[in-house]
Amino acid sequence: MDEITGGGLPQGRPTLVAGAAGCGKTLFAMEFLVNGATHYDEPGVFVSFEENAEELAQNVASLGFDLKKLSKQKKLIIDYVRVERSEIEEAGEYDLDGLFIRLGHAIDSIGARRVVLDTIEVLFSALSNQGILRAELQRLFRWLKDKGVSAVITAERGDGTITRFGLEEYVADCVILLDHRVNEQMSTRRLRIVKYRGTLHGTNEYPFLITKDGISVLPITSIGLDHKAPAGRVSTGIKELDEMLGGKGYYRGSSILLSGTAGTGKSSLAAAFVDAACQRGERCLYFSFEESTEQIIRNMRSIGINLSPHVKKGSLQFHVARPTLYGLEMHLITIHELIKQHKPDVVVLDPITDFFAVGSHAEVKAVLTRIIDFLKANQITALFTSYTEEDTPNESVVGVSSLIDTWISLRNLENRGERQRGLFILKSRGMPHSNQIRSFNLTDGGIKIGALDLAGRRAELNSA
Amino acid sequence: MEKSKPRARSRPTEKIWELRLYVAGQTPKSLAAFANLKKICEEHLAGQYHIEVIDLLKKPQLASGDQILAIPTLVRKLPAPIRKIIGDLSDTERVLVGLNLREQK
Repeated sequence: MDEITGGGLPQGRPTLVAGAAGCGKTLFAMEFLVNGATHYDEPGVFVSFEENAEELAQNVASLGFDLKKLSKQKKLIIDYVRVERSEIEEAGEYDLDGLFIRLGHAIDSIGARRVVLDTIEVLFSALSNQGILRAELQRLFRWLKDKGVSAVITAERGDGTITRFGLEEYVADCVILLDHRVNEQMSTRRLRIVKYRGTLHGTNEYPFLITKDGISVLPITSIGLDHKAPAGRVSTGIKELDEMLGGKGYYRGSSILLSGTAGTGKSSLAAAFVDAACQRGERCLYFSFEESTEQIIRNMRSIGINLSPHVKKGSLQFHVARPTLYGLEMHLITIHELIKQHKPDVVVLDPITDFFAVGSHAEVKAVLTRIIDFLKANQITALFTSYTEEDTPNESVVGVSSLIDTWISLRNLENRGERQRGLFILKSRGMPHSNQIRSFNLTDGGIKIGALDLAGRRAELNSA
Repeated sequence: MEKSKPRARSRPTEKIWELRLYVAGQTPKSLAAFANLKKICEEHLAGQYHIEVIDLLKKPQLASGDQILAIPTLVRKLPAPIRKIIGDLSDTERVLVGLNLREQK
């Protein structure tokens, strides 16, 4: 969140958070307060016009916020302001000093630096004199500014306008729009900064998620292209393949793509790389979207790659999830979080083509771009596998191929009644590499790469 | 309080009107509200009312108890149910309606 606003919400100024029902306004506001109270030692006041303290505490408890504890520590005050039109009769001039005094009292009693008003528009339905109300709200925001507290004001989204009652006219410093959209049965929450005076900010829509740890925002393009390019090399795990790549293997921190049709050995090559990395004492994270952990370990054992000791040691971690389990953004966030937790040197995504089941081409490309950027920025060597249809080797990966540093293509070659696995390097940036198509065999003793045995076969056939 | 809607000027002898006026300092609006209230009570509820004035500048902690937002606010504590009238009480008709001293037209 701080990344896209260029440093966080405006300090000492009000921010308006607008959105339709259920898009996470209250939560956003609460996160702002709880964060302030726990991480920045800035106590907060939450003025709720909709839910009472008990309900609020319950609602956010599932996200790991312990409001009661914070209240006890005098870091948080929840003030439930109940207004009911049926109880109120208006007779003559009035102002909202009562609200000011209440708020002021709450702020002073804990020395609050942050204030949330959720949702102040309730007042519009409770009080009929809009003229007074507007003037008073304007005074309120001014007053909050003068007090120097950072405020978050939530508002309902209106038709054609940002908020139903035009609050954005008063709170003009920073306006954030939240949106909740369902696209092909996958719901995505998005966030956009409409306006932010005096700072650079991202103008894109950013997907965000409400997870068990609160709100998580994902900037799509916040990572610049200024990551370092390490010159170190890492072995592919197969001696012959290392030789094909200028004798040293992949660049550390580069992105590698293994593409090929079914059964050409993509996962096996990935496993060989992971095995080699773990043996060097590096940490690996393997995202599998098709096979279970057990299945991968068993299958790899059959070609002489034993991954289970690495798993036991903790240097190799598998994450298995069907791509259709949740939306693309959720995958992205899961990947982000696991990487932050595990701190791997090598990440494998096997295969990336499965993402096309849950998103359009453009969306998948955007997500993969972000993953690649993120991994590069952290100098993690990334290996992706990609399933391609027979005869159209580039189709499914064409979108990301330009982001890839080393691209190895695996193919089935049918040659005189026999099928061979062939391997060649489509490209490999920054290193001399072999242009040959090599044969590639999965044996009990591991992966063997050799010359294509065309001549030999011919001789055999001739003699028969 | 079954008889929550006494007719205008009916003056039921057993009832006491407990009124609470919230103000914030001695503002013109507050002073006007108090004067207007006094007048209305004398006219309609002579001898049956009790007015308590609470200055929120002095006792801000009392604002949340009666859910006070607007100033001035008149709260009718008794007879139940609780009613609130906001404003300087210059609109006598509405005050009477609010206090249930007059049937709503």
